[in-house]
Amino acid sequence: MNVFVLIKQVPDTEAMLSVRNGTSINEESIKWIISPYDEYALEEALKLKEKDADVVVNALTLGPVRAEGALRSALAMGADNGIHIECNEDLDIETRARMLAETIKKESDTGLVFIGKQAIDDDSNQTHILVAEYLDMPITTNIISFKLEGDKVTCEREIEDGDIETVEMNTPCVVTASKVLNTPRYASLMGIMKAKKIELTKITLSDLGNISTEKKTFTKRLFAPPEKAPGRLLEGEPEEMVKELVKILKDEVKVL
Amino acid sequence: MSNLGIYIEIKKGKIQKNVKEVVSLAKSSGNTIFGVIFTNEFQNFKDELNGFDKIINVKGNDMVFHPDSFSETIAEIIKEHEMEYFMGSYSFKAKEIFPRIAGKLNECSLVNDCVNYNFGTGIATKPVYSGKLLKEIEIKNKLKLITLRSNVFPVEDLDAGSPELTEKTISDKIRSKVINVKKSESKSIDIMDADIIVSGGRGMKEKENFQILKDLASILNAGVGASRAAVDSEFASYNMQVGQTGKVVNPKLYFAIGISGAIQHFVGMKTSKIIVAINKDSEAPIFKKADYGIIGDLFKIVPMLKDELEKVL
Repeated sequence: MNVFVLIKQVPDTEAMLSVRNGTSINEESIKWIISPYDEYALEEALKLKEKDADVVVNALTLGPVRAEGALRSALAMGADNGIHIECNEDLDIETRARMLAETIKKESDTGLVFIGKQAIDDDSNQTHILVAEYLDMPITTNIISFKLEGDKVTCEREIEDGDIETVEMNTPCVVTASKVLNTPRYASLMGIMKAKKIELTKITLSDLGNISTEKKTFTKRLFAPPEKAPGRLLEGEPEEMVKELVKILKDEVKVL
Repeated sequence: MSNLGIYIEIKKGKIQKNVKEVVSLAKSSGNTIFGVIFTNEFQNFKDELNGFDKIINVKGNDMVFHPDSFSETIAEIIKEHEMEYFMGSYSFKAKEIFPRIAGKLNECSLVNDCVNYNFGTGIATKPVYSGKLLKEIEIKNKLKLITLRSNVFPVEDLDAGSPELTEKTISDKIRSKVINVKKSESKSIDIMDADIIVSGGRGMKEKENFQILKDLASILNAGVGASRAAVDSEFASYNMQVGQTGKVVNPKLYFAIGISGAIQHFVGMKTSKIIVAINKDSEAPIFKKADYGIIGDLFKIVPMLKDELEKVL
């Protein structure tokens, strides 16, 4: 069975971002990482492979040349193959989702697609579901447990108010991983050495048949939100500060 | 004039509070406003539908929230009425429904979590990188799917009117089936809904100490949140985590207690109307970001604050 794990390369969560040319981020001095939730997705796929030797784990990414780094990390953790759709990230989200789906369709016997519940960069929050729709597969998002029996997938997911929902689907299907799903493994030194030798599969738009790249959404401006005015430190004895704070919250800014 | 649809979400037997923001913005466009409401008990909601020109009441045997059946039904409605816009509040349910609609229909673009949408220019503004930056996106597609961030848009007083009512049967296309829901044992308020949030960080020192935050929260009818450091130290559960790898919240009042204020936490709560920081470390970065700060021992200050609030509320 083929299993796909979608990986996205994103700036590190601690990165300070600045804007270049008004519409894109300044990539100099950014440390790039695998989007954290994608690591939980990959770990779940690797656990499947440990249980069933027939499982082939394919890490798939879409992005510019630097995105190769994310695939190397995935291979070092234990993925069998790395597939890189090399393209500009400025394409519309629907186009990128179609490219991911068409790449997955090129392989036969695909049973599962694992994705992180969200990428922590553009916060578009739709690629995972678009890919599932374009593949015509059911999807369950935000999962915290995963079980595969035959062709039946049972997973639990966190919904509103901390409630936990149990969902059933048949394979082939897509799941998106939350943080509590598992603990991702670290790449071993041997894994890192092995990963360097694996040849990546490179895919470009022309390999994917007829996908329209006509743009329908246009980034007009990217900018830093206005800085908040500096706040006020309260002074005095604890009792005085607490009294003053309550007075401010109740009578001045009226948020109570 | 075009047709504009709005998803009227029902949460815990009530119309979700941010739907009014969506209607208020949509109304300013001069389009014909359709409301889509999924319920078999329409009479419970009929007096709360100010601002709508037409209402489509979706009914059926299985009204459990299966994202598949809800999105399939809305996609059909959009096609039937040749809508140019479909909008909703960026809620938990909307996160499931809207991308599915986008995937089912052609010639449409979805922009989630907008803090502004200008009907004249067709430009949406949304936070990216968890709000470290804002992005303006012009949507030129035939169908525009737009979700709005909650607690951002003004709510207008809209006339009740007498919207024309039609009914529709819910789709039975369900491929990912909900078979059980386990209710959370905690009685606490979901931080995604709370107007006030009391959050603790590593400065809480141990799990048991979160009780003083819960006590404070219960006086304020607030939700309890936590920083990543507190979750990683197992003082609090992951569903309480505020930040770039947790929840992005937007309350009226946010207490950051024993939280140093790393960027990854700050971006998860920076749009709160008022931020109060309590920390014993005067150098903590949180003080640069808070509206009001108290430097001091949280274990002394927080119970004192609770007592003072009890007196005045």
